[in-house]
Amino acid sequence: MNLLIQQTVNGLTLGSIYCLVALGLTLIYGIMEVPNFAHGHFYMIGGYVTFFMMTLYGINYWVSALISGLVLAVCGILLERLVFNPMRHTPHSNQFIAAVGAMLFLEASARVLWGSDFRSIPAIYDKVLVFGGVRLTEQRLIIIAGAVVLMVVLYIFLKHTMIGSTIEAMAQNRDGASLVGIDVNRVAMLTFAVASILASAAASLAGPIFLVYPAMGSLIIMKAFVIIVIGGMGSIPGAVLGSFILGMTESLGATYISSSYKDVIAFAILVLILSLKPSGLFAKGAR
Amino acid sequence: MFVFLKKPKFWAYLVLLAVAIVFPFISPNRYYLTVVTLSFIYAIAVYGLNLIVGYLGQLSLAQAGFFGLGAYVSGLLSLKLHMSFWLTMPLAAVATTVVALMVGLISFRTRGHYFVILTLCIGVIIHLVIEKWDDLTGGVRGLIGIPRPTSIGPIDFISLESQYYLVLAFLMLTIFVMSRIASSLVGRTFKSIRNSEELAATLGINVMNNKLLAFGIAAFFTGIAGALFAGYIRFIGPDICNPNLTFEFLLFLLIGGQATIAGPLVGTLVANGLTESLQFMQEYRMVVFGILLILIVRFFPGGLAGETRILITKLENRFNKRKKSRTNAPSKGESHATKDQGFN
Repeated sequence: MNLLIQQTVNGLTLGSIYCLVALGLTLIYGIMEVPNFAHGHFYMIGGYVTFFMMTLYGINYWVSALISGLVLAVCGILLERLVFNPMRHTPHSNQFIAAVGAMLFLEASARVLWGSDFRSIPAIYDKVLVFGGVRLTEQRLIIIAGAVVLMVVLYIFLKHTMIGSTIEAMAQNRDGASLVGIDVNRVAMLTFAVASILASAAASLAGPIFLVYPAMGSLIIMKAFVIIVIGGMGSIPGAVLGSFILGMTESLGATYISSSYKDVIAFAILVLILSLKPSGLFAKGAR
Repeated sequence: MFVFLKKPKFWAYLVLLAVAIVFPFISPNRYYLTVVTLSFIYAIAVYGLNLIVGYLGQLSLAQAGFFGLGAYVSGLLSLKLHMSFWLTMPLAAVATTVVALMVGLISFRTRGHYFVILTLCIGVIIHLVIEKWDDLTGGVRGLIGIPRPTSIGPIDFISLESQYYLVLAFLMLTIFVMSRIASSLVGRTFKSIRNSEELAATLGINVMNNKLLAFGIAAFFTGIAGALFAGYIRFIGPDICNPNLTFEFLLFLLIGGQATIAGPLVGTLVANGLTESLQFMQEYRMVVFGILLILIVRFFPGGLAGETRILITKLENRFNKRKKSRTNAPSKGESHATKDQGFN
């Protein structure tokens, strides 16, 4: 029983990380219809920036996370301006290939600049709390709480602020949004900035538990794609739901089915879902 | 009867073939020979990718998985069951095709981004299963000491040169089959699906069956490439089915030019040649190639072969125009003919 609760908490932790990454991905997809393959590598760079802020400059964990968010926002805007915006009217496979190019570039750059070593963001909150036999590190709770806070902030931003609702409007109807005077370019940049901040936040939160290394983005981006396919591409509630479904399945699957095949589970779920329902579980209408 | 003798293209091919045949004798060192042989093996797989991405217009990212599958099936059969290469290679190609057809049945029900993501995930599954299935595949250690292709009669495949010719023979076979497909009704059907699935379906083309056909043919050649790789390198690890290899194939294809016959070979040779000559910056390779990939799809989506063809067509048109203005005789038919040639 304890094992079950333990694994549920682990699943929630994993789900929270996935959620922050997948939310960014789905936001970008909703606005631009671009499958941003480089998103996972923004997650990786976010982790590195936080790591170096803390170890090289001795900056406080939370401030480092904030700086990393700002750096990534700039990176996101640059990517949108330099790669995706000029390619808006090309076939979707070309955009996909460009995104793959950006991904290869980021991973190789990280390898060249910082080496292939595994690093871990210094843990400040590493006390172990025991609740009736279930052992939890504080960091895991911080991950879950942090993800919830960010989700609430994102919700308020999208629904109750003027700038945020331009993103929503654009996602609902691009032409309509332009007609009422919303600047397409500004919204695109904003979306990339917000999505990149979410990715860096995920990495800063996860860094002390999961490690930071150049290839850390490639597995999580594929899982994030699995999530947004499960949740319906461009759908925000779908992404949240999908993340926790995947986090739970992986965590419980690793315990009760097979730990060495735990990464296969995510992709097997996707194959299963798409073979039964080719347009995704919660697809919004036909594309 | 011998019309093709008059075509400049035919002679160009003949010269290229002659260069390929004498290459082992003119190659300054054996290292180049190794690089070119390996490039030829990759090129066979890239021809498969070209059929799907270039002609059919579907971005499948499971190709490295199929390549690895072919290599592992061939390697395992020869290591564990001591079969001859000439038996394991066709078996590997058939096994890869069967798996690809099953994958195709599922993945071609989806479209656009879903298809790309689904095939990518299938590639990852193949990679992970091969990596984790320790008892069969040796896990991360891989398969070591795969036997060389066995000799046929007096011809053996021990020397580097003989292996080069073996790979060259398969490459020529691949190019021949692909160029036949490209100019046949089947190839045109694929192109029509690329241009508009709805329109193709309206014309009575069975889209699903044709997609499966292309996918199967591509996987067959990718499987052959995998088996050749296993017999040539004689050591295979799970890295050869890593999705990163798919991305490299994609890079080769795009550099060379998709939907062209020369593209895959040109791209693979150029990209591998560049890599080898930039050996000192091995680490920076992907930094350069990542940017290159973006620049190519943004500015030169035709790749080397495609852009050259466009350039030639342009030059021809200009030349014809000048000729026209000089003779002052309208030669409408002629300019049409050259234009058509440009798109062949």
